[in-house]
This record gives sequence, C-alpha cells and structure tokens, in this order.
Amino acid sequence: MTLAPSTNNVDPLLQDIVGPTPGQQLRRRFFGHRGLMIGASVVAVLLVIALLAPVVAPHDPYAQDLLARMKPPVFLGGTWEHILGTDHLGRDYLSRLIYGARVSLLIGFVAALISGTIGTAMGVAAGYFGGRTDAVVTFLINVRLAMPVVLVALAVVAILGGSLQVVIGVLGLLLWDRFAVVMRASTLQVRGREYVSAAQAIGASTPRILLSEIMPNILNNLIVVITLEMAHAILLEATLSFLGLGVQPPTPSWGLMVSEGKNMMLFEPWLVLIPGAVLFVLVLAINLMGDGLRDVTAPENRS
Amino acid sequence: MSQSDTPVLELRNVTKTYSVKQGLFGKSKPLTAINDVSIKLARGEVLGLVGESGCGKSTLAKILLGLEAPTSGEVLVDGQTLGGQDRLALARRIQPIFQDPYSSLNPRKNIYDIIALPLRVHGIGDEASRQKSVREILDIVGLPARVMNNYPSQMSGGQRQRVAIARALIMKPEIVICDEPTSALDVSVQSQILNLLNELRQEFGLTYLFISHNLAVIEHLATRVAVMYLGRIVEEASVGGLFDAARHPYTDALLKSVLTPEPELGIPDTHLGMSYPNPIAPPEGCHFHPRCPAASDLCKSKRPTPLFDPNGRIECHLHSP
Repeated sequence: MTLAPSTNNVDPLLQDIVGPTPGQQLRRRFFGHRGLMIGASVVAVLLVIALLAPVVAPHDPYAQDLLARMKPPVFLGGTWEHILGTDHLGRDYLSRLIYGARVSLLIGFVAALISGTIGTAMGVAAGYFGGRTDAVVTFLINVRLAMPVVLVALAVVAILGGSLQVVIGVLGLLLWDRFAVVMRASTLQVRGREYVSAAQAIGASTPRILLSEIMPNILNNLIVVITLEMAHAILLEATLSFLGLGVQPPTPSWGLMVSEGKNMMLFEPWLVLIPGAVLFVLVLAINLMGDGLRDVTAPENRS
Repeated sequence: MSQSDTPVLELRNVTKTYSVKQGLFGKSKPLTAINDVSIKLARGEVLGLVGESGCGKSTLAKILLGLEAPTSGEVLVDGQTLGGQDRLALARRIQPIFQDPYSSLNPRKNIYDIIALPLRVHGIGDEASRQKSVREILDIVGLPARVMNNYPSQMSGGQRQRVAIARALIMKPEIVICDEPTSALDVSVQSQILNLLNELRQEFGLTYLFISHNLAVIEHLATRVAVMYLGRIVEEASVGGLFDAARHPYTDALLKSVLTPEPELGIPDTHLGMSYPNPIAPPEGCHFHPRCPAASDLCKSKRPTPLFDPNGRIECHLHSP
C-alpha cells in the first residue's frame, strides 16, 4: 500500500537506522491484531473457496435429484454423500453454498468499488474545495439519504429485471452516501492541517495535494467504510434475493437459499439456518477486518 | 529608485474581508480580518509582527504566501505584484515555517519525501541530486542524515521543526514567513530553534517576517516591529525604539504583560480589562478605545490617521499633531 517507504533508491549507507523500519512495524502490528487476523482469515478462506468453487464443490450446484430431496445434513443424521444435505429439488446444499459465496463476494466487492469511487470523489471534492462544490455535494447526499435504499432497489430491479449485473449496478449507485459523508468530513479535517498549507505554499498542484497529502491521511477511514459498505451490499443482495427481486434462480445465492428454505423453516430449520449463519459469519469477518485495519494503519499508533 | 532600495516584499493598503454567515439562514456579515495594512520589508531585515490571537497575523501570512487573495490592495515582491507572478516562481522566493511542527509534516511520509517535495514539485534535479541536497540541508539544520527514513511521529518537536525549516530552505528562498515557529515547542528547545533561524539568516541572507505573540522572541530576533490590533498596524518602530519607548497604549500594555520569573512581582496587570472585541462589529472610532486607559471622547468617535515619522509609524490620537 502507500504506507511503504518510497526510498528504495536511497544510499545503502543510510539504511542502517536503529530499530525496525516503518514497514516492519506495520507488519508487526498487522499480525499482532487478533480481530484483524480472525476476520482476514475468514474472508481469505471464503474467497479461496469461492474462487476454487468448481474444484472444491462436491456436486454440481444445479443438478437436481428428486429422489434425494430434503436430505438432512450430517450432524442431523444425514450421510456424507451430502454433507449439508439437499434442498427441496435435491440439489447438494454445500455445493450451492460454495457457489453462492461467489455471488455474495462479487456483489460485495464490485458494489463497494463503484460506490466507493463515486462517494470518495464527491466527498473529497466537497471537503477540499468547499463553497459551491460543497453545497452541491451536500445537497446530493441529502437527496440520496432521503431515498429508502431497499424500496428504490426493489423498484429498479422490478423495472429492469433481476440479474447479477442489475443488482450490482443498483447497489453500487445507491450505497455511495456513507463514503461521501465520511470522506467529506475527513477531508475537511485534514485540509486544515498545516502540511496541506505547506504543500500549497511550495506550489504543488491540486491533484498532487489531493493524492499525496490528503488521500493517504484519509485512507484509514476509507478502508473502514469500504468494509462496512461491502457487508451492507452483501446483506442487501440477500434481502433482494429473499424478496425474489435479486439474483434469479437457479443461480445459487445465500439470500435466495434462505428464501427457498423459508416455507420449510418450521420442519427443516437448517435450510434457513445454514445460509443465514454463513452470511452472518462473512459480514462479521468483514467488519472485524475493517476495524482491525483502521487500528493498524492509524498514524497515531506510529511511535 | 535603485534596485537595492526596492523593498523585497511590500504590502500596499491590503484589506481582507471574509463574509461570515450567522446561522443557517442568517445574513452574511463582513469580517475584516486585515484592514488597510501597508508594510515594507527591506532585504536582510527581520520584521517582527506582534498582536493578540485573532488580530489577523496568520491571515496576513497566508496572503503573503499567496494562499489567500487580498480583497483589495496589492502585494509586491521585488516591486512586482503578486498576481502577476507565476505561482511556482513565487514559491521559490517565499516559503513558510509554520507554528505547529506536529501538524506541518505529513504523518504518512518519511522525512526524505517531506524535504524533497519542493524539489519534486519544481522538477529540480534527478533523484540522486535530490538526495544530495536533502542530506546537505539536513546537515545545515543540524539533523543526522539517517533521519531521512524516519517518520515525523518518530521525532521530537524540536527535530520536527528542524525538518520544517529544512523543507522551507531547500529551494534557497529569499523570504521566509515564520508564523510563530517556536510557540508549540518546549522552552528548552525554543532558543535552539531561534538561534538556528538567526544563523541561517546570516548565512543565506534571508529576510524574515517573524510573527509571534512572544515579545521576548521578537526582541531577540527582529530588527523592526509592527504591532497589530484588530487587523490594523497600530505602531511600527525599530526594536530598540519600541522596547524602550512604546508610544501606542496597546504596545505599552503588551510590554507590561510579559511575565517575569520574579514571583514577588506577581502576575502583571495589563489594565486591558475587557476581552478582545468582536471583529464582526468593531468599535466605533479608534478600535482600541474600549480597552484604552487613555481614551478620550475623540477616540470614541473618530478613527486616528496613521502618522509617519523617522521612528516609524503610529496610529493614535495621543500622538496626532
């Protein structure tokens, strides 16, 4: 990241500073933070599983077997053939869960990326330039905050039809508000520091000031918001899919799995509990990671 | 006028007004931060600028650095107006040293990147020559070359201020605006930094505008002093003249307010009484009259005109002819 020192080409004689380099310190703090380690490991494991889904999944997630419907998972008396049982169409539940992780993570990453780009650009511009830019951005944020996300997403999906691309697009265009609010406030705070005035007095261009003086100092806040919004997008996708307007069947999605299982919830609660628990674990892990990254990269920790 | 007589830096009738909104739907009111200020800085001199917090000292510094545009009046560098000069060219001639070394260094950059930034922005030299320049300037400000890889948080306040000085001087500017460069430092470090600034001035022939509220610092460093009150320069004189015989009642009060280490003298009473006036609604007449021990009826109604004499300038009815 931007935290590594950019002095690789400095005279080797100067490298012999006493004590650990900032890079080493960062690594040490990174690996010493328990919450961050737990969160990052869970996310990493889920990411690897999602990427390797065709290799890891024991069955085809779309293959139906009407003779083997609603088989319970192993721990409820099922067989090792279907470790987490099968759904109402006889599809292997574990395989669907693994392929569903692809959908959730993809939506989380891409929606956070789109909304993060929009929101950060707006927030930084508003905070740095102030005046009319700020008034316009603040107005847009207020307009956006006045819209109920789920209702707008439902309406758009109902008009355009539910597909992965539409859901990602809608969430990406709806979730930039927190980015804009947080980035605006952080930029306002950093903008008043004297090192920004110093860079202006040196004659540095505005893009250079934004990229090398402002951005590195608001990055830790951005990371936290990215993780929060990623978790938010994943939950919203699950909500939309649960309401039948998100990812369309037979594509496996965790929200859709909860939705399909809800009719049998009273008799076969694991149909809802398993995807619900995985969703919970992923969102918790992402949030732990965000909190940890903020702790680790905060400059006041650097001593 | 010959070249050497041209002031290296001059402000002519500079006024800066901000509009302050009162409440969300309130009316904007003008706040005059700087009111008709004219100063001249000759090459090699140190002009001390003193005044209370909020009197407009830092706004003046921002205008001189080109960070804020004056509402009216003009700033001249070597006889040329500031507006007509390229921003980069101006940056090579005027550099600031700020008050708080904890806020003036980017915590995310190492010392080398901080000091080399001016060279990078101006495209001076290649990486190898920049390294050499940074090492030289570090030596000049009294820091070992190995701090280049350190981050600001790994350094003390005094060391940071040395880094800030190094950044300001690496392009060999002519004028340095020192905005209270020692007020955030420990007393023991203050004198080191002041001595360093003094040595650097002699070595590089720098011109300083030295902003401070610490009169002892001004007496130590400055050659001339300007006293500011509510955006106006109320008195200007040589250091000796001002400290020996202050003419404006406000200057007098400032001099009396200096704390001494003698406990039996007690805390000095400035007789200034009431607090600093609201700059949005400055008092009628002479701005200083509500706090002035010698105020007369004339002071309440009529603003004094500045009087220029061999000693400098004074803006007070007591000294009007």
